[in-house]
Amino acid sequence: MQPDWPAEIHKELVAAGVRVVGYVPDAGHKRLIELCEQDRNMRTVPLTTEEEGIGLVAGAWLGGEKSVLLMQSSGVGNIINVLGMVQVCRFPLAILVTMRGEQGEFNSWQVPMGQNTARVLETMGVAVRQAGEAQTVAGHVKAALLKAFEAQGAEAVLINQRVIGIKSFQEQRNQ
Amino acid sequence: MSATLRRRDVVRELLRERKDLLVVAGLGSTAWDITAAGDADMSFPMWGAMGQAAMMGLGLALAQPKRRVLVITGDGEMLMGLGALATIGVQQPGNLTVVVIDNERYGETGMQRTHTAYGVDLAAVALGCKFKQAMTVTSDIAKVRDLAYRTPGPNFAAVKVLDEKLPLVLPPQDGVILKDRFRKAVLADVLAEKR
Repeated sequence: MQPDWPAEIHKELVAAGVRVVGYVPDAGHKRLIELCEQDRNMRTVPLTTEEEGIGLVAGAWLGGEKSVLLMQSSGVGNIINVLGMVQVCRFPLAILVTMRGEQGEFNSWQVPMGQNTARVLETMGVAVRQAGEAQTVAGHVKAALLKAFEAQGAEAVLINQRVIGIKSFQEQRNQ
Repeated sequence: MSATLRRRDVVRELLRERKDLLVVAGLGSTAWDITAAGDADMSFPMWGAMGQAAMMGLGLALAQPKRRVLVITGDGEMLMGLGALATIGVQQPGNLTVVVIDNERYGETGMQRTHTAYGVDLAAVALGCKFKQAMTVTSDIAKVRDLAYRTPGPNFAAVKVLDEKLPLVLPPQDGVILKDRFRKAVLADVLAEKR
Protein backbone atom coordinates (compact mmCIF):
# COMPACT_ATOMS: atom_id res chain seq x y z
CA MET A 1 0.00 0.00 0.00
CA GLN A 2 1.16 3.53 -0.80
CA PRO A 3 2.06 5.49 2.35
CA ASP A 4 0.20 8.73 3.10
CA TRP A 5 3.19 10.80 2.02
CA PRO A 6 1.57 14.25 2.37
CA ALA A 7 0.73 13.45 6.01
CA GLU A 8 4.28 12.21 6.51
CA ILE A 9 5.67 15.46 5.09
CA HIS A 10 3.42 17.45 7.39
CA LYS A 11 4.76 15.48 10.36
CA GLU A 12 8.31 16.30 9.34
CA LEU A 13 7.45 19.99 9.02
CA VAL A 14 6.01 19.96 12.54
CA ALA A 15 9.05 18.12 13.90
CA ALA A 16 11.41 20.66 12.31
CA GLY A 17 9.47 23.59 13.79
CA VAL A 18 8.27 25.03 10.50
CA ARG A 19 5.79 27.84 11.11
CA VAL A 20 5.44 29.54 7.72
CA VAL A 21 4.38 27.69 4.57
CA GLY A 22 4.46 29.64 1.30
CA TYR A 23 2.90 28.05 -1.73
CA VAL A 24 1.66 28.35 -5.25
CA PRO A 25 -0.97 25.62 -5.54
CA ASP A 26 -0.39 22.39 -7.39
CA ALA A 27 -2.70 19.42 -7.61
CA GLY A 28 0.11 17.26 -6.23
CA HIS A 29 0.37 19.45 -3.12
CA LYS A 30 -3.40 19.68 -2.58
CA ARG A 31 -3.53 17.48 0.52
CA LEU A 32 -0.34 18.86 2.10
CA ILE A 33 -1.63 22.42 1.66
CA GLU A 34 -4.86 21.42 3.41
CA LEU A 35 -2.98 19.79 6.28
CA CYS A 36 -0.86 22.92 6.73
CA GLU A 37 -3.93 25.17 6.57
CA GLN A 38 -5.59 23.09 9.29
CA ASP A 39 -2.48 23.28 11.50
CA ARG A 40 -2.98 26.14 13.95
CA ASN A 41 0.76 26.52 14.48
CA MET A 42 1.39 27.11 10.79
CA ARG A 43 0.82 30.23 8.77
CA THR A 44 0.02 29.38 5.15
CA VAL A 45 0.83 32.10 2.65
CA PRO A 46 -0.59 31.76 -0.86
CA LEU A 47 1.73 33.49 -3.33
CA THR A 48 0.96 35.05 -6.70
CA THR A 49 4.26 33.72 -8.05
CA GLU A 50 6.90 31.39 -6.61
CA GLU A 51 9.44 34.20 -6.66
CA GLU A 52 7.60 35.84 -3.75
CA GLY A 53 8.32 32.74 -1.70
CA ILE A 54 12.05 33.45 -1.66
CA GLY A 55 11.47 36.92 -0.19
CA LEU A 56 9.03 35.44 2.31
CA VAL A 57 11.47 32.75 3.47
CA ALA A 58 14.33 35.24 3.79
CA GLY A 59 12.25 37.75 5.74
CA ALA A 60 10.86 35.08 8.07
CA TRP A 61 14.38 33.83 8.79
CA LEU A 62 15.54 37.37 9.60
CA GLY A 63 12.74 37.40 12.17
CA GLY A 64 13.61 33.97 13.56
CA GLU A 65 11.00 31.72 11.91
CA LYS A 66 11.50 28.60 9.82
CA SER A 67 9.56 28.23 6.61
CA VAL A 68 9.16 25.98 3.57
CA LEU A 69 7.95 26.56 0.04
CA LEU A 70 5.62 24.30 -1.92
CA MET A 71 5.55 24.62 -5.69
CA GLN A 72 5.25 22.78 -8.97
CA SER A 73 8.27 22.20 -11.20
CA SER A 74 7.26 24.99 -13.59
CA GLY A 75 7.47 27.39 -10.63
CA VAL A 76 11.17 26.68 -10.23
CA GLY A 77 11.66 28.67 -13.42
CA ASN A 78 10.19 31.69 -11.66
CA ILE A 79 12.75 31.84 -8.86
CA ILE A 80 16.07 31.66 -10.71
CA ASN A 81 17.31 35.24 -10.22
CA VAL A 82 16.26 35.52 -6.58
CA LEU A 83 18.08 32.29 -5.72
CA GLY A 84 21.15 34.51 -6.04
CA MET A 85 20.15 36.19 -2.77
CA VAL A 86 19.78 32.81 -1.06
CA GLN A 87 23.28 31.91 -2.15
CA VAL A 88 24.95 35.21 -1.26
CA CYS A 89 23.27 35.52 2.15
CA ARG A 90 23.19 31.78 2.88
CA PHE A 91 19.50 31.87 3.79
CA PRO A 92 18.16 28.44 4.76
CA LEU A 93 15.84 27.25 1.99
CA ALA A 94 13.68 24.14 1.73
CA ILE A 95 11.53 23.76 -1.39
CA LEU A 96 9.19 20.83 -1.96
CA VAL A 97 8.58 20.50 -5.68
CA THR A 98 5.88 18.36 -7.24
CA MET A 99 7.03 17.35 -10.69
CA ARG A 100 5.32 17.80 -14.02
CA GLY A 101 6.68 17.00 -17.44
CA GLU A 102 7.88 13.54 -16.52
CA GLN A 103 6.39 10.13 -17.26
CA GLY A 104 2.65 10.29 -17.84
CA GLU A 105 2.61 14.00 -18.69
CA PHE A 106 -0.32 14.89 -20.92
CA ASN A 107 0.60 18.55 -21.46
CA SER A 108 3.65 19.07 -23.67
CA TRP A 109 4.00 22.67 -22.45
CA GLN A 110 5.02 21.28 -19.04
CA VAL A 111 7.85 19.22 -20.47
CA PRO A 112 10.68 21.77 -21.04
CA MET A 113 10.69 23.08 -17.46
CA GLY A 114 9.99 19.64 -16.00
CA GLN A 115 12.98 18.17 -17.79
CA ASN A 116 15.27 20.91 -16.55
CA THR A 117 14.03 21.50 -13.00
CA ALA A 118 16.89 19.70 -11.26
CA ARG A 119 19.52 21.24 -13.54
CA VAL A 120 18.21 24.77 -12.97
CA LEU A 121 18.17 24.35 -9.19
CA GLU A 122 21.65 22.86 -9.07
CA THR A 123 23.02 25.56 -11.35
CA MET A 124 21.78 28.17 -8.87
CA GLY A 125 23.27 26.41 -5.87
CA VAL A 126 20.29 24.43 -4.59
CA ALA A 127 20.97 20.79 -3.67
CA VAL A 128 18.43 18.43 -5.21
CA ARG A 129 16.98 15.26 -3.65
CA GLN A 130 14.92 13.04 -5.93
CA ALA A 131 11.97 11.36 -4.25
CA GLY A 132 11.08 8.72 -6.79
CA GLU A 133 8.85 6.55 -4.61
CA ALA A 134 6.19 7.43 -2.06
CA GLN A 135 8.13 5.51 0.61
CA THR A 136 11.17 7.75 0.23
CA VAL A 137 9.48 11.17 0.32
CA ALA A 138 9.41 11.75 4.09
CA GLY A 139 13.04 10.73 4.52
CA HIS A 140 14.18 13.14 1.85
CA VAL A 141 12.11 15.95 3.35
CA LYS A 142 13.53 15.30 6.81
CA ALA A 143 17.09 15.38 5.48
CA ALA A 144 16.42 18.54 3.49
CA LEU A 145 14.92 20.38 6.46
CA LEU A 146 17.81 19.40 8.70
CA LYS A 147 20.39 20.55 6.17
CA ALA A 148 18.53 23.80 5.51
CA PHE A 149 18.00 24.89 9.10
CA GLU A 150 21.08 23.42 10.80
CA ALA A 151 23.64 24.11 8.09
CA GLN A 152 22.12 27.08 6.22
CA GLY A 153 21.65 24.91 3.17
CA ALA A 154 19.51 25.48 0.11
CA GLU A 155 17.62 22.25 -0.54
CA ALA A 156 14.91 21.02 -2.87
CA VAL A 157 13.02 17.74 -2.81
CA LEU A 158 11.61 16.79 -6.21
CA ILE A 159 8.55 14.60 -5.80
CA ASN A 160 8.23 12.42 -8.87
CA GLN A 161 5.06 12.43 -10.94
CA ARG A 162 4.86 8.68 -10.28
CA VAL A 163 4.36 9.44 -6.58
CA ILE A 164 1.73 12.07 -7.24
CA GLY A 165 -0.12 9.75 -9.58
CA ILE A 166 -1.95 12.17 -11.82
CA LYS A 167 -2.08 10.56 -15.21
CA SER A 168 -4.67 12.28 -17.33
CA PHE A 169 -6.35 15.57 -17.89
CA GLN A 170 -9.67 13.93 -17.06
CA GLU A 171 -8.42 12.71 -13.69
CA GLN A 172 -7.07 16.15 -12.84
CA ARG A 173 -10.38 17.75 -13.75
CA ASN A 174 -12.21 15.34 -11.49
CA GLN A 175 -10.02 16.11 -8.46
CA MET B 1 3.03 65.88 -10.58
CA SER B 2 6.08 68.03 -9.83
CA ALA B 3 7.70 66.68 -6.69
CA THR B 4 9.52 68.90 -4.24
CA LEU B 5 10.56 66.44 -1.54
CA ARG B 6 14.14 65.21 -1.43
CA ARG B 7 14.53 61.46 -0.95
CA ARG B 8 17.31 61.53 1.64
CA ASP B 9 15.36 64.05 3.76
CA VAL B 10 12.28 61.82 3.60
CA VAL B 11 14.12 58.66 4.59
CA ARG B 12 16.10 60.41 7.33
CA GLU B 13 12.85 61.74 8.80
CA LEU B 14 11.21 58.30 8.61
CA LEU B 15 14.13 56.69 10.44
CA ARG B 16 14.63 59.42 13.07
CA GLU B 17 14.47 57.91 16.57
CA ARG B 18 13.52 54.59 15.04
CA LYS B 19 14.11 52.63 18.24
CA ASP B 20 13.29 48.96 17.50
CA LEU B 21 11.76 49.54 14.06
CA LEU B 22 12.81 46.77 11.64
CA VAL B 23 13.77 48.07 8.20
CA VAL B 24 14.14 46.39 4.81
CA ALA B 25 15.32 48.51 1.88
CA GLY B 26 15.00 47.57 -1.77
CA LEU B 27 18.06 47.46 -3.98
CA GLY B 28 19.59 50.61 -5.39
CA SER B 29 18.81 54.13 -4.27
CA THR B 30 16.67 53.24 -1.25
CA ALA B 31 19.44 51.00 0.12
CA TRP B 32 21.82 53.98 -0.20
CA ASP B 33 19.17 56.27 1.36
CA ILE B 34 18.77 54.22 4.55
CA THR B 35 22.54 53.97 4.83
CA ALA B 36 22.90 57.74 4.46
CA ALA B 37 20.46 58.04 7.37
CA GLY B 38 22.76 55.82 9.44
CA ASP B 39 23.65 52.16 8.92
CA ALA B 40 22.11 49.95 11.60
CA ASP B 41 22.01 46.29 12.57
CA MET B 42 18.22 46.24 12.32
CA SER B 43 18.37 47.42 8.70
CA PHE B 44 18.53 44.97 5.83
CA PRO B 45 19.65 46.80 2.69
CA MET B 46 19.23 44.62 -0.39
CA TRP B 47 21.81 44.51 -3.18
CA GLY B 48 19.77 42.30 -5.48
CA ALA B 49 16.61 40.16 -5.65
CA MET B 50 14.74 43.03 -7.29
CA GLY B 51 11.02 42.87 -6.57
CA GLN B 52 11.34 41.08 -3.23
CA ALA B 53 11.64 43.93 -0.70
CA ALA B 54 7.93 43.95 0.20
CA MET B 55 7.91 40.15 0.54
CA MET B 56 10.95 40.29 2.83
CA GLY B 57 8.95 42.75 4.90
CA LEU B 58 5.98 40.37 4.98
CA GLY B 59 8.09 37.41 6.13
CA LEU B 60 9.66 39.57 8.81
CA ALA B 61 6.31 41.02 9.93
CA LEU B 62 4.81 37.52 10.29
CA ALA B 63 7.84 36.31 12.24
CA GLN B 64 7.94 39.39 14.51
CA PRO B 65 4.30 40.36 15.08
CA LYS B 66 5.12 42.57 18.08
CA ARG B 67 7.54 44.80 16.17
CA ARG B 68 6.84 47.39 13.52
CA VAL B 69 8.32 46.55 10.13
CA LEU B 70 9.03 49.22 7.52
CA VAL B 71 9.90 48.46 3.91
CA ILE B 72 11.49 51.37 2.07
CA THR B 73 11.84 50.73 -1.62
CA GLY B 74 11.82 52.37 -5.03
CA ASP B 75 9.04 52.59 -7.59
CA GLY B 76 10.93 50.40 -10.06
CA GLU B 77 11.58 47.76 -7.41
CA MET B 78 7.95 47.76 -6.30
CA LEU B 79 6.71 47.51 -9.89
CA MET B 80 8.76 44.36 -10.41
CA GLY B 81 6.88 42.59 -7.63
CA LEU B 82 3.37 44.05 -7.63
CA GLY B 83 1.93 40.63 -6.79
CA ALA B 84 3.46 41.02 -3.33
CA LEU B 85 0.85 43.68 -2.58
CA ALA B 86 -1.91 41.13 -3.22
CA THR B 87 -0.11 38.54 -1.08
CA ILE B 88 0.30 41.05 1.77
CA GLY B 89 -3.36 42.01 1.41
CA VAL B 90 -4.38 38.40 2.04
CA GLN B 91 -2.17 38.11 5.15
CA GLN B 92 -3.15 41.52 6.62
CA PRO B 93 -0.05 42.01 8.81
CA GLY B 94 -0.99 44.84 11.18
CA ASN B 95 2.66 45.71 11.81
CA LEU B 96 3.81 46.20 8.20
CA THR B 97 4.18 49.45 6.26
CA VAL B 98 5.53 49.68 2.72
CA VAL B 99 6.87 53.09 1.66
CA VAL B 100 7.80 53.62 -1.97
CA ILE B 101 10.22 56.48 -2.56
CA ASP B 102 8.81 57.37 -5.96
CA ASN B 103 11.03 59.43 -8.24
CA GLU B 104 9.31 57.96 -11.30
CA ARG B 105 12.72 56.85 -12.55
CA TYR B 106 15.05 53.85 -12.69
CA GLY B 107 17.79 55.70 -10.85
CA GLU B 108 20.59 53.15 -11.19
CA THR B 109 20.33 52.53 -14.91
CA GLY B 110 20.20 55.97 -16.47
CA MET B 111 17.08 57.62 -15.06
CA GLN B 112 14.64 56.01 -17.50
CA ARG B 113 10.98 56.69 -16.69
CA THR B 114 9.11 54.03 -14.69
CA HIS B 115 5.42 53.27 -15.11
CA THR B 116 4.55 55.73 -12.33
CA ALA B 117 5.83 58.55 -14.56
CA TYR B 118 2.99 57.67 -16.92
CA GLY B 119 0.40 57.86 -14.16
CA VAL B 120 0.31 54.30 -12.82
CA ASP B 121 -0.98 54.75 -9.28
CA LEU B 122 0.73 52.43 -6.79
CA ALA B 123 -1.38 53.59 -3.84
CA ALA B 124 -4.51 52.69 -5.78
CA VAL B 125 -3.07 49.23 -6.42
CA ALA B 126 -2.32 48.82 -2.70
CA LEU B 127 -5.84 49.95 -1.81
CA GLY B 128 -7.24 47.44 -4.28
CA CYS B 129 -5.09 44.81 -2.56
CA LYS B 130 -6.85 45.45 0.77
CA PHE B 131 -4.16 47.56 2.45
CA LYS B 132 -5.74 49.31 5.45
CA GLN B 133 -4.21 52.67 4.52
CA ALA B 134 -2.77 53.61 1.16
CA MET B 135 -1.83 57.11 0.06
CA THR B 136 0.29 59.17 -2.27
CA VAL B 137 2.21 61.83 -0.38
CA THR B 138 3.79 64.95 -1.83
CA SER B 139 4.64 66.94 1.31
CA ASP B 140 3.37 65.59 4.65
CA ILE B 141 6.01 63.18 5.92
CA ALA B 142 4.57 63.23 9.45
CA LYS B 143 1.62 61.32 8.02
CA VAL B 144 3.95 58.63 6.66
CA ARG B 145 5.73 58.41 10.02
CA ASP B 146 2.35 57.79 11.63
CA LEU B 147 1.72 54.92 9.23
CA ALA B 148 5.09 53.35 9.97
CA TYR B 149 5.12 53.71 13.74
CA ARG B 150 1.49 53.73 14.91
CA THR B 151 -1.30 53.03 12.42
CA PRO B 152 -2.58 49.43 12.24
CA GLY B 153 -1.55 48.02 8.87
CA PRO B 154 -0.86 46.85 6.34
CA ASN B 155 -0.10 50.40 5.25
CA PHE B 156 1.25 51.81 2.02
CA ALA B 157 2.58 55.20 0.98
CA ALA B 158 4.04 56.35 -2.29
CA VAL B 159 6.14 59.42 -1.52
CA LYS B 160 6.78 61.54 -4.62
CA VAL B 161 10.36 62.83 -4.63
CA LEU B 162 12.67 64.78 -6.93
CA ASP B 163 14.58 62.70 -9.48
CA GLU B 164 17.99 63.76 -8.16
CA LYS B 165 21.15 61.76 -8.68
CA LEU B 166 22.97 61.62 -5.35
CA PRO B 167 26.35 60.38 -4.14
CA LEU B 168 26.24 56.67 -3.28
CA VAL B 169 26.36 55.84 0.43
CA LEU B 170 27.02 52.12 0.47
CA PRO B 171 26.04 49.66 3.22
CA PRO B 172 28.02 46.47 3.86
CA GLN B 173 27.71 44.19 0.84
CA ASP B 174 28.41 40.79 2.40
CA GLY B 175 25.01 39.07 2.59
CA VAL B 176 25.96 36.77 5.44
CA ILE B 177 27.09 39.70 7.58
CA LEU B 178 23.88 41.62 6.82
CA LYS B 179 21.79 38.60 7.73
CA ASP B 180 23.67 37.61 10.87
CA ARG B 181 23.87 41.08 12.35
CA PHE B 182 20.14 41.55 11.79
CA ARG B 183 19.21 38.25 13.44
CA LYS B 184 21.55 38.85 16.35
CA ALA B 185 20.02 42.27 17.00
CA VAL B 186 16.41 41.11 16.64
CA LEU B 187 16.51 37.72 18.29
CA ALA B 188 18.66 38.77 21.25
CA ASP B 189 15.92 41.24 22.17
CA VAL B 190 13.26 38.54 21.89
CA LEU B 191 15.20 36.35 24.29
CA ALA B 192 15.56 39.24 26.71
CA GLU B 193 11.77 39.78 26.66
CA LYS B 194 11.22 36.14 27.60
CA ARG B 195 13.41 36.34 30.69
